[in-house]
Amino acid sequence: MADVLLENISKTYEKGSIKAVKDISFAVNQGELFGLIGPDGAGKTSLFRIMTTLILPDKGHASVNGLDIIKDYRQIRQKVGYMPGKFSLYQDLSVLENLSFFATVFNTSIEENYDLIKDIYIQIEPFRNRRAGKLSGGMKQKLALCCALIHRPTVLFLDEPTTGVDTVSRKEFWEMLHRLKQEGITILVSTPYMDEANQCERIALIQSGELMSIDTPKNITSQYPKPLFSIKASNMGKLLKDLRKNPLIDSCFSFGEYHHITFKKEKQEGVLVKQLEQLNHGQVTIQGIEPSIEDCFINLMNR
Amino acid sequence: MNENIVIKTEKLTKKFGDFIATNEISFEVYEGEIFGFLGANGAGKTTAMRMLCGLSIPSSGNATVAGFDVYRETEKIKKHIGYMSQKFSLYEDLTTLENIQFFGGIYGLPEKTIKEKSKELIYQLGMESEAHKLVASLPLGWKQKLAFSVAIIHEPKIVFLDEPTGGVDPVTRRQFWDLIYDAADRGITVFVTTHYMDEAEYCNRISMMVDGYIKALDSPINLKKQYQAQTMDEVFYELARGAQRKSD
Repeated sequence: MADVLLENISKTYEKGSIKAVKDISFAVNQGELFGLIGPDGAGKTSLFRIMTTLILPDKGHASVNGLDIIKDYRQIRQKVGYMPGKFSLYQDLSVLENLSFFATVFNTSIEENYDLIKDIYIQIEPFRNRRAGKLSGGMKQKLALCCALIHRPTVLFLDEPTTGVDTVSRKEFWEMLHRLKQEGITILVSTPYMDEANQCERIALIQSGELMSIDTPKNITSQYPKPLFSIKASNMGKLLKDLRKNPLIDSCFSFGEYHHITFKKEKQEGVLVKQLEQLNHGQVTIQGIEPSIEDCFINLMNR
Repeated sequence: MNENIVIKTEKLTKKFGDFIATNEISFEVYEGEIFGFLGANGAGKTTAMRMLCGLSIPSSGNATVAGFDVYRETEKIKKHIGYMSQKFSLYEDLTTLENIQFFGGIYGLPEKTIKEKSKELIYQLGMESEAHKLVASLPLGWKQKLAFSVAIIHEPKIVFLDEPTGGVDPVTRRQFWDLIYDAADRGITVFVTTHYMDEAEYCNRISMMVDGYIKALDSPINLKKQYQAQTMDEVFYELARGAQRKSD
């Protein structure tokens, strides 16, 4: 059964001049770890605020736990957990005070649901008497997650929990989410980091308020329309410029150590390497590769 | 890139009480180099950058930036560097043109130069029809390009970029790196922090800070060899995994 259902949701700001969300529909199943993947301005936060009943859509219908986001907003608010992208706890309350406050607001106690937050809370417990405003970024993030979980929500909404966080902490955060999933909580998480898409069961790729694709990460990458190659040579900057000028090439983007390219026609790799060698490129290596989510995102953006 | 040194630090240290945010870091950055300044959250990157930008006086050690001393010549440093971050870069309620003029003025360029530069920049960026529009109304990609151009409007020796591409879409992110390459080709040294490990690959050299120290400094290819890693992500993980400090 769908735990979160969006049907043709649109949202505009500034009297309609800014179209933040354009006719978006999707369903998230119960217990699913679902990712909204897209850059700043894609509409991720607007969608979260609509689903958590904080703003109203201009058009469309949506429900959470089978409850209507407009009619039943009070019930939804009691059931869901929401961690906004911007740190929104009380800076002048301590760690423990914040947690107690949120537990009380939801008519529960820390003890009642302690098992759910234990793994995360023990990491910040040494600082339980520190004011939230004085915590480091990573600690704030953990406290915010605890506060969002303290009433054992049925659906957890996490808006860019890993933005600005380093690789190691990001990995740890995703491990926490996988453990929460085991508890049966439906999780909607947004991220601008394409490499995190593979942590989700299903993802929606969004850009400028539009849904470009929705599927499992594996199915999305398998739908990449053309064979993809990685290419490398001794001077990568010059290689990029020459590839962009080359009429054999359909698309070319740098991806770390390599450039990723597609061809207009099939089986042109050998021809290309010869041409590049004539342009004095050394150590040219090219090989067929599996596309990543980022390759797919770029492809969908340019379509 | 050549061997002229534009940033040199020797045992540069910043303490806050008992806490050593940046611990005796020593390194050199060359003219026209793209230098990636990486590290875990709380490793001391921001503190180090603030000292190099003349915003914070070190506790001990020495450093020069664009030939100026970080203790005595902080105002000169500020004039000879550019700075851009994703969070703060442009005034949204000013127009494109007003932003260019404002930053030109801040950097002390003469009226006449500002006029010429404004025209030139708007033409180069292809923003003629956006010149009188509020920056708030521009697409993110254009804002980024404008912010970068404005940060180097005074042709500084060095530009400091603090996570310039955070949250930016994958195409715009790559276009932004084209601008970085162009600036480096013109001899502007680029000192950049990022959380995207693919971008670490685009740097000539990378330093990796952990717990206040520089734990590694080399080209991406050498670092990967040294840590027997396939990607920079693995190198980062290997170095930062043992970090004791996890703040911001």
